[in-house]
Amino acid sequence: MLKTSTTDVVPEKKVQAKQRQGFKLNAKDKYYASIFLGPSLLILGLFVFYPMIKTLYISMFLTNTLGNTTVFVGLGNYVKLISAPDFISSMMVTILYVVAVTILTIALGLLLANLASQKLPGISIFRTLYSVTMGVSVSVAAIFWLFIFNPSTGFFALMSGWFNLPVVNWLTSPANAMWAVIITTVWMNLGFTFLILLGAIESVPRTLYEAADVEGVSSRYQFFHITIPMISPTLFFVSTITIIGAFKSFGLIDLITKGGPTNATNMLVYRIYKDAFYSGNYAKSSTEAIILTVIIAFFTLLQFKFLEKKVNY
Amino acid sequence: MSTVLTNICKKYDSDKTVLSNVSTEIQTGEFFVIVGPSGCGKSTLLRMIAGLTPITDGEIRINDKVVNDLPPKDRNLTMVFQSYALFPFLSVWDNVAFGLKARNNNSQADIEERVNNALRMVNLEELKDRKPRELSGGQRQRVALARAVASDAKICLMDEPLSNLDAQLRIKMRQEIYALQRKLGLTLIYVTHDQVEAMTMADHIMVLHDSKVQQIGTPTEIYKKPANEFVASFFGVPPINILPAIKTAGKTVNVNDDFQVKIDQQVPTDSFKIGIRPNELMIEEADELSANASIRTIEFLGDEKIVYAKMNNNDIEVAAIVASDAQFKAYDTIKVTSSDNVLVFNNEGVNITKNAEDAVNA
Repeated sequence: MLKTSTTDVVPEKKVQAKQRQGFKLNAKDKYYASIFLGPSLLILGLFVFYPMIKTLYISMFLTNTLGNTTVFVGLGNYVKLISAPDFISSMMVTILYVVAVTILTIALGLLLANLASQKLPGISIFRTLYSVTMGVSVSVAAIFWLFIFNPSTGFFALMSGWFNLPVVNWLTSPANAMWAVIITTVWMNLGFTFLILLGAIESVPRTLYEAADVEGVSSRYQFFHITIPMISPTLFFVSTITIIGAFKSFGLIDLITKGGPTNATNMLVYRIYKDAFYSGNYAKSSTEAIILTVIIAFFTLLQFKFLEKKVNY
Repeated sequence: MSTVLTNICKKYDSDKTVLSNVSTEIQTGEFFVIVGPSGCGKSTLLRMIAGLTPITDGEIRINDKVVNDLPPKDRNLTMVFQSYALFPFLSVWDNVAFGLKARNNNSQADIEERVNNALRMVNLEELKDRKPRELSGGQRQRVALARAVASDAKICLMDEPLSNLDAQLRIKMRQEIYALQRKLGLTLIYVTHDQVEAMTMADHIMVLHDSKVQQIGTPTEIYKKPANEFVASFFGVPPINILPAIKTAGKTVNVNDDFQVKIDQQVPTDSFKIGIRPNELMIEEADELSANASIRTIEFLGDEKIVYAKMNNNDIEVAAIVASDAQFKAYDTIKVTSSDNVLVFNNEGVNITKNAEDAVNA
């Protein structure tokens, strides 16, 4: 934590004068500033800030099928949406999905990272294998898992056949479809999570474990009382990334279930997409988008607050 | 009741020898220092005693029990690391209690008593709720010591515990560690590269170099009767002057034509080496004709000065300690003479000084 030195206190006014002087730009500075900032400001403005403000604007109107605003309704769209049962169920589905994906991703990532951090011969092969999903694109992963889930020729179906178990309809039963999407997402997330957690575990000083070894501390106790607290900042970072990523899941859902069956996997993002581009209900879709933005902003804020106070030792 | 090392060897791969045939006996309650330049294998030896690094060959016996294959926790010892190995997320109190709590066979009252006792012993009671990052280097070092004290173990291993501290604090902590060791009757095995630490604290010193034990002895033995040229050079500031010498007909040897030293013994070869401690060299001002050296630099140390001079005849550098009020300056011409308290080394560097036994008590 930074501590300001009290020995050389400069009077407030002087500081302000200095700062003002410091920020005074001459023509050359302005020229360079515009060259460096210009491109990113243009791109961000065009593709992020403008759509964001436009979305907020549309969410307060009714729209026609072309997406043009017609009648100003203020927060009317929000009130309507929050009391709509299908939106509530969509929210519940999203929350279930996010919670399951986050818990499973972190737990499995931690398990694999802890295994791969052991000093064993040939361990680097496993490190590569575990992180390989980082290089797989969403579409490839979706097709890959569609093959596995296929009820007649898929790997799971084959396994059921070998052990004389009933074949599970992964993608046609509402309850199972949810799990299919969760499994696929966790598999996709695992590479990144594994790699980040492995890095964190490897950077814990070895002497902490050696000191514990000498004192006769069991390896289980070491994991929960040395490793976990030492990597807690990273753990929290990965959790937040995973939560935000899960809220934004779109590709896998579109490719695997298309929000079905019977809306069982109709997550918020997918709903936004369908409402706008299938039903042409741009106002409703914009309202949902703003709600999603608020939720994600809340988690981001939480991350910053929490990181500052609790996790940083 | 002692720690016995017999022919300890450590090899990495098949050819890289880190330690070969290290043997010694460390008595219970003694302060044993393992010293040597960096890379000599001293930390490896300590880690092997702790059980953190497996030994390639040999036998380690603690209290008549072979511990070669025992994990660290069953060797009943404690260790203080160079980096202190404190848990940054725990308070001072919890850091000291960590091992006791984890082992699960201590009652809460017992833990509290032992931790509080240990903290009192290292004067950290008032800081018990602080986190390590809120402590100074010396205080962190004390937490590490308290952790060793709180454990029941009677053997304590320390791996360069003072090397992260500044010079003044090092002297203070040196005394504290020494006092603690005496008070608790610990068997302390202490690794350092600092010869001063070794000399000031040790009951016995083991000097390691080139993966071999050079000498084991008390500080006096090591200083007065070094086994070889390396040990002689390693101890003493400034280091001993090792000079080439040539046999003459009489009882003197020639370092060069202008500088003779008296030795009272036979030497096996015509040319050999002698070692003269800087405080055994005398310097006097001399005119160009009678001078045999000229001063290069002078270091003022307060109550004495170190004079570095170059012999005129064969450009050999020597260091001498003179009184601090001696009026020398750089480039003065001087005459260097030696007392006859001289060590004699053969060409392999082995100490062959006659009557070396007597020198210990001198």
